[in-house]
Amino acid sequence: MDFIIQNILNALQWGSFYALIALGYTLVYGVLRLINFAHGDIFMVGAYIAFFVASFLLGPAIGLSPFLTFLVAVPLTMFLTACVGVTLERVAYRPLRRKGAHRLYVVITALMCGLILEYSNLAVLGASRLKFPELVEKSIWHFGDVTITNLKVIVIVTAIAVFAILNFIVTKTKIGMAMRGISYDKFAIPLMGIPIDAIIVFTFILGSGFAGLAGLLFAMSYPVLEPFMGMIIGWKAFIAAVVGGIGDIRGAFYGGFLLGFIEVGVVTVFPSTYRDLFAFTILLIILWIKPTGLFGMPQSTKI
Amino acid sequence: MKKYSLNFVMVVSALFLLSLAQFGIISNYIQAVFMYVGINIIMCTSLNLVNGNMGEFTCGHAAFMCVGAYASSVLSVLCFGQTLGTPMLPPEMAIFIFPVIIFIGGLVAALTSVLVAVPAFKTRDDYLAIITIAVNYMVISAIENMNFIGGSRGFQGMKDTVWAMKDTLNGPWMLFWVITFMVLTIWVIRRFITSTYGKGVNAICQDETAAEIMSVNTNKIKLVNFMISAGLAGCAGGLFAHVVGYVNPQSFNILKSTEAMVMVYLGGMGSLSGAVISAVVFTFLMEVLRSQSLIDFLMAPATFVFPDWEPSAGVIKWVIIPLLLVLIMQFRPEGIMGNKELSDVFPKLKKYYTFK
Repeated sequence: MDFIIQNILNALQWGSFYALIALGYTLVYGVLRLINFAHGDIFMVGAYIAFFVASFLLGPAIGLSPFLTFLVAVPLTMFLTACVGVTLERVAYRPLRRKGAHRLYVVITALMCGLILEYSNLAVLGASRLKFPELVEKSIWHFGDVTITNLKVIVIVTAIAVFAILNFIVTKTKIGMAMRGISYDKFAIPLMGIPIDAIIVFTFILGSGFAGLAGLLFAMSYPVLEPFMGMIIGWKAFIAAVVGGIGDIRGAFYGGFLLGFIEVGVVTVFPSTYRDLFAFTILLIILWIKPTGLFGMPQSTKI
Repeated sequence: MKKYSLNFVMVVSALFLLSLAQFGIISNYIQAVFMYVGINIIMCTSLNLVNGNMGEFTCGHAAFMCVGAYASSVLSVLCFGQTLGTPMLPPEMAIFIFPVIIFIGGLVAALTSVLVAVPAFKTRDDYLAIITIAVNYMVISAIENMNFIGGSRGFQGMKDTVWAMKDTLNGPWMLFWVITFMVLTIWVIRRFITSTYGKGVNAICQDETAAEIMSVNTNKIKLVNFMISAGLAGCAGGLFAHVVGYVNPQSFNILKSTEAMVMVYLGGMGSLSGAVISAVVFTFLMEVLRSQSLIDFLMAPATFVFPDWEPSAGVIKWVIIPLLLVLIMQFRPEGIMGNKELSDVFPKLKKYYTFK
């Protein structure tokens, strides 16, 4: 029993990262109908930004205590990562959207931007892995055989809080209504006096900011940074978003946790090399049964 | 004259290349580059069938290459190699059996593609993209867990087949087979797309619902198209395995699929000649950017400012190529050729050749 509870907690932590990244994917997709393949690499950039911010704040120039550093680093990392995301939108996606290019070309551009981010990082910082400093003092609580670290609690609570915030923004505020409007009809919305570009920038700010937060938490949980850390987790988070039904906030959230549970479940039963095989097979079966994902709406085409 | 001009030019140029290789005028490295060009042409044109002509968005093409490479490698080692026990066939047979081995690799890859084709009956672009990525991961993961063919350590021993061919009759055999399969691929794709049956592929690209109403059997066309595309990619994988002599599941990961996609979008969607041109350009670009001296020259302003920064060519290459592609997407989003063939861009060429 304790073993099961322990694994459920691990899966919750693992799924939280997937959910956080999948939320960013879903936001951008829901508004723009664009698979932002660079999102995983924005998560990686967020982890690196968190590393530099933390090092700078802990360093001799400022010299804050670790906990204060954590408190300052969260908004700062989110802000800087959001800047990276918005820059990407400005430089790469917006000109293409202006030209009315085919959707696939935007997707290819996003893929290429991800590669540029990865390899420029590798070129500038080298292949040596960075060790993330410990910000929050680790405290471990024991309940029988179940161990809970405070980091685990922080990660899971953050994921749930982010989901709640996003859900509130999208369903209850005016700007969220504009987002839903754009995804519903991109041509009629500007006629209603809604600034389409501002809404899209806001979407990128939200998605990239939460990717930066995920990067910070990931770097705190698994404190080794490398340039390709965003690639696999990004692809997988995207798959999680699709299984949940892309363009749907709830879908991304549940899909991320589902993928986390599947992966941790497979690793506890089989050797860990089978993780990808089983996870993707199960996802494929889900998509076979429900082609639009768990929460996705089937799109009907008028003839 | 007009009917056979293209064939004549092709045969002469192929013979010229082969004789250059035979008499040692071009080095082994240049030969390898030409082989990679041929393999990339097969990959690019076959992916163009699905991504360009059918308008579906798949990004897991390397999975089929992986299946074909492993299937043909295992067969080849069983028949002529020493790694998995004594060879089953005498080495004199290698010349005749080798194309069969490559074909069987392609067939296995085509059967694997049913995994993608069946969900593609119901799903649309983004979901299909996901399914293909998932299949790519699944194939790599499955092969990594098969210990009898080396697992993640990779698999080697295919060179025995190549040497067996060379012992029978000395010549640049691999170059010959790559050229043969390349021409075969282009011919098959051209024939398929321009046939009445293949017009259904284009109909699906334009409007699936309308095509269904106009009595195009969309499911069947999708299945056939995916299988042809994956089968040809499997052939490319088999050739790749025999050229390099070593395969590793990780060399067919998402990056390889991305390379194939880059080539397709560089050439232009649905253009066969564009795909060929872009594969040639892309492969040569990759090889040129491999030289450290060129990269140092390009990076001279940056290294002047930061003297202790030493950019390595292998890394900078992967910054420059995506950057080029992003710029191409900005200023010429339809790629090199757009949706046209060579004879549409230069209409006067029609006088001199026909290509059916």
